Amino acid sequence: MSFLEIEVEDKRFGARQVLHNLRLSVQAGEIVSLLGASGCGKSTLLSIVAGLDRACTARVRLDGRELHGPDAGIGFVFQEPRLFPWLTVADNISFGAGVRNAPAQAVEALLEEVGLPGYAQALPKQLSGGQAQRVAIARGLYTRPRVLLLDEPFSAVDAITRMKLQDLLARVAGERGLSVLLVTHDVDEAVQLSDRAVLLDRQPGPARAVLPVGLPRPRTRGGAGAAALKRQILAHFEVDLAI
Amino acid sequence: MTTRVLDLPRAVKRNDAVGRRLAPPLLRALLAALLLPALLLAGLEAAVRLGAIPANLMPPPSEVARTIVYLGGHGLAGHAAASTLRVALGFLGGAAAGVLLGATVALHRGARGLLDPSLQALRSIPSLAWVPLLLLWFGIDELPKLVLIGIGAFFPVYTGVTSGFAGVDRKLVEVGLLYRLPPPALVGRVLLPAALPAILTGLRNGLSLAWMFMVAAELIAASRGLGYLLSDGRETSRADIVLGAIVLLAVLGKLSDMAMLALERRLLAWRDTHCAHLDTGARA
Repeated sequence: MSFLEIEVEDKRFGARQVLHNLRLSVQAGEIVSLLGASGCGKSTLLSIVAGLDRACTARVRLDGRELHGPDAGIGFVFQEPRLFPWLTVADNISFGAGVRNAPAQAVEALLEEVGLPGYAQALPKQLSGGQAQRVAIARGLYTRPRVLLLDEPFSAVDAITRMKLQDLLARVAGERGLSVLLVTHDVDEAVQLSDRAVLLDRQPGPARAVLPVGLPRPRTRGGAGAAALKRQILAHFEVDLAI
Repeated sequence: MTTRVLDLPRAVKRNDAVGRRLAPPLLRALLAALLLPALLLAGLEAAVRLGAIPANLMPPPSEVARTIVYLGGHGLAGHAAASTLRVALGFLGGAAAGVLLGATVALHRGARGLLDPSLQALRSIPSLAWVPLLLLWFGIDELPKLVLIGIGAFFPVYTGVTSGFAGVDRKLVEVGLLYRLPPPALVGRVLLPAALPAILTGLRNGLSLAWMFMVAAELIAASRGLGYLLSDGRETSRADIVLGAIVLLAVLGKLSDMAMLALERRLLAWRDTHCAHLDTGARA
């Protein structure tokens, strides 16, 4: 039995079906990337797993336990930082723990981990986009979830920051044994980070392909193995590109 | 654990430096704000003194100032205090009802369907239309004045609260739901702070209307207050008293608005707005 099991029978927005008969599993400590064209339901799938979208026919099991809504075992880093502008960085990070003035050491340790030492008392308006996304990652990690969902978390930052954040995620996930479900449009990112890449079809239905990424960690960018895998993934989407 | 101030980004430290440099810009803003009234008053004084405007209709500003000083020794403080107290009580009552009903309507779909259409219909009634009814119901004592002021304050606050809650970013609410906040915590920790800018704007507009409704209430039936002074000045053909009362109303209204603005700035210091940048030059 997998650590995280997802079955979506039917998800619609009005008359339009976006997900149908999709089954997906994530092992403990595994990083799985979800790739697919815009509108194919990747972000919707994450919302369902997070328990934020319940207007669907779906089942999510975490470690054998069926979930019926948001769960403490699942963290979520959204596409945009979604920080509360009226809270300091420290209070944003500890928001999920339900306490203000959280232990300074715990927050500061996490800030060190995401590369933002000394920013605990800063307000979100004082952060750059990349810094805000680091805080969002720290918030996702603060409650010590066992699964982290990431919805294109690095899409809005520059290339250098994106690489730094990817390395940060790979390191933290490895150190904590996190299971990660990552939605991305970036094939390089999927190859760099994941243990498996799940390719979703434009038409609702089962995954088009599931490709294992058998590259050793820590990974270097631009290696021959990564390039070959990237070509393999892109080949699956050639039909979409032709359209 | 000590805060590592040295590690704070440049922007954080720059804001502190900006805070220390606030006094000169504030002084400049005050001088700029006073420039136009000063020029107008000087022009008016000259026009009346030169006979271009009849002094019985428009007394020169210096005479109005003398009247204010004279009234200062003859019960002006009591009139100002009576009006201010009426505004304070009426505003508190109206604003409290506006916040309560606004929050109920915004947060409860059933209440919205039941209450909002009727309240929106009541909102379109001109303020003076209430006066005969209030006099019939409550006589000519304090209560009808306070109720009229309360009505004036209620609708801007109600609208501010409902639009504030309705406009909260769904994405922030999702973060609260993700962390399984119970409804009261979701309101207190996400919805209320996010709606606060609109709520404070509603309160500020409500306070401004409370002053307007106070004058309407005192013009109709009062033996004390600045509205009474206006009425008294008209009946005795004392334009200087009318103008003196108007000046005092402007000063009191402005002072209360400045207090609300200061509260707003304090509570909303976290906002990253264009005006905040203009005020502090933080990102110049």
